[in-house]
Amino acid sequence: MNNVFVYCEIEGTTVADVSIELLTKGRKLANTLGVQLECICAGSGLEGVEKQVMKYGVDKVHVFDAEGLFPYTSNPHTALVVNLFKEEQPQICLMGATVIGRDLGPRVSSALFSGLTADCTELEIGDFDMTVGRDAEGKPVKKHFEQQLYQIRPAFGGNIVATIVNPEHRPQMATVRSGVMKAEVLDENYKGEVVKHDVAKYVPEAEYVVKVLDRHVEASKNNLKGAPIIVAGGYGMGSKEGFDMLFELAKVIHGEVGASRAAVDAGFCDHDLQIGQTGVTVRPKVYIACGISGAIQHVAGMKESGIIISINNDENAPINTIADYIINGTVEEVVPKLIKYYKKNSK
Amino acid sequence: MKIVVLAKQVPDTRNVGPDAMTPEGTVNRAALPAVFNPEDLNALEQALRLKEQFPGSTISVVTMGLPKSAEVIREALYRGADNGYVVTDRCLGGADTLATSYTLSQAIRKIGDFDIILGGRQAIDGDTAQVGPQIAEKLGLTQVTYAEEILSVGPENKKIVIKRHIDGGVETVEAPLPLVVTVNGSAAPCRPRNAKRVMKYKNATVAAERSAENADKYAALIEKKPFLNITQWGAADIDADLNQVGKAGSPTNVKAVQNIVFKAKDSRTMTASDADVEGLIIELLNEKIIG
Repeated sequence: MNNVFVYCEIEGTTVADVSIELLTKGRKLANTLGVQLECICAGSGLEGVEKQVMKYGVDKVHVFDAEGLFPYTSNPHTALVVNLFKEEQPQICLMGATVIGRDLGPRVSSALFSGLTADCTELEIGDFDMTVGRDAEGKPVKKHFEQQLYQIRPAFGGNIVATIVNPEHRPQMATVRSGVMKAEVLDENYKGEVVKHDVAKYVPEAEYVVKVLDRHVEASKNNLKGAPIIVAGGYGMGSKEGFDMLFELAKVIHGEVGASRAAVDAGFCDHDLQIGQTGVTVRPKVYIACGISGAIQHVAGMKESGIIISINNDENAPINTIADYIINGTVEEVVPKLIKYYKKNSK
Repeated sequence: MKIVVLAKQVPDTRNVGPDAMTPEGTVNRAALPAVFNPEDLNALEQALRLKEQFPGSTISVVTMGLPKSAEVIREALYRGADNGYVVTDRCLGGADTLATSYTLSQAIRKIGDFDIILGGRQAIDGDTAQVGPQIAEKLGLTQVTYAEEILSVGPENKKIVIKRHIDGGVETVEAPLPLVVTVNGSAAPCRPRNAKRVMKYKNATVAAERSAENADKYAALIEKKPFLNITQWGAADIDADLNQVGKAGSPTNVKAVQNIVFKAKDSRTMTASDADVEGLIIELLNEKIIG
């Protein structure tokens, strides 16, 4: 009872990266609260699925393995989560801010009358006082709350950061995008419990109402998320041809190419290279921002980078305020020099 | 078919200028134009296509907000919707997604007869994508989110086939009517206003928009043309439980809001000269940051 739960998203029989990242975050939250970490794995053919998750510090894996639970559809997954939560009364539930998490989360929150915060960028535990109503004389009534989940997210197009709490309803639910949290194996031999549930007990037959007729999923073509070095281009690259220079630099220094939304919208490169709030979140060792001004939405997706190098002919570009190295110059001039001097000085 | 479209009037957060925030760090709503939430327009287009496919269909547009949110109803009427409802009441203010979905679900219950409820995937002022699925749950309906195209509808067998976006791909699903469908921004854009319909509906209003001075003028207009009266509902009209609307019905609370400020790091600025660039490369190589 009152534990931290993570809903694990499963493609085929593989637990998604975002869920693994949430297990690591969930483990830390559970430690702070002094409770256990539990997770839900629902799908088909999930024999041994616990091996994928246990090492991140999961104390109990709830397995729902049945025909019809993969591919994901809204109603059966909602039913099993809601019915399990009625028994288990978790205090926190985390899901990926993915198509599945954003389809499932709101349905579960509606059924349980609990608060859900979408696309959190940070999750913390804290205490606070809050006005919960008014007394007979109309004076605010304050109440003290302890060990609550702070759900922190950008709002209003990224112009503000809001801290959301839901102290009077359980579970406290939050979704988090892929790449925002960091997965860390806790213990390769971590021993948790595996509970195989009778799916029919949780999901009435009548819930299988949506049929998936056809499905195409492609594995991501690039390796942006895990890349130690990223060369990212913005609108300042000027053209698709301008981007070729970045691919060359990336090849030479063994990095991957990313882009800002402005560059993607201008058609300089593929959409799947987009880094930022509406794209991929990255945390490479080195981030070379080429002709990127640094809109807040872009910065949200790369600010955790180890070293940030900004190449920009506008010395007042916002990205320069978070850069470790600023090269004042045009990309046309600087990028070829980076290639030349890397080749000259490496090995 | 009876089609309900959910629409929201939102501050345009896509092109925020430097005056979007006040010096105190709050949102300067006056600096942000109010617009028809973009993905709700994609949803309206799907509704209009269904109406073309099934002549005799009706499209009812529902919004919740201040009286001025009747602007989105007029905008939808200009593009081909048949009628609209503005749910507005002081007690509805401060609603989070759950209280909003309860209120809208009560309005839809009041409308009563529907085959499909269409809405945008999410609104640009909150980006939560929660209200659609929550309405579905409250009405006991299934849902298809992230829809890109309605491929076919069989009003006889009560089935709909929809292509939807999923992470890393697409899928095609078959679902029973009635249901809630939320439409993605990658779906077909909405058609423009129709000039004749603009003429017909430009004086359509909700009661709360009319003032004491112009009340007579509008009363005369509406007597001749009843379609110029956009239905306005308060919490009582939709039999709303006051514990489930507005702030009272919202489990989430905003504890703190913080303006984003970039803090300058200790950084080194250099020129594009050969010496500076080579110096940087050598430093990064020596410190094993690259290479």
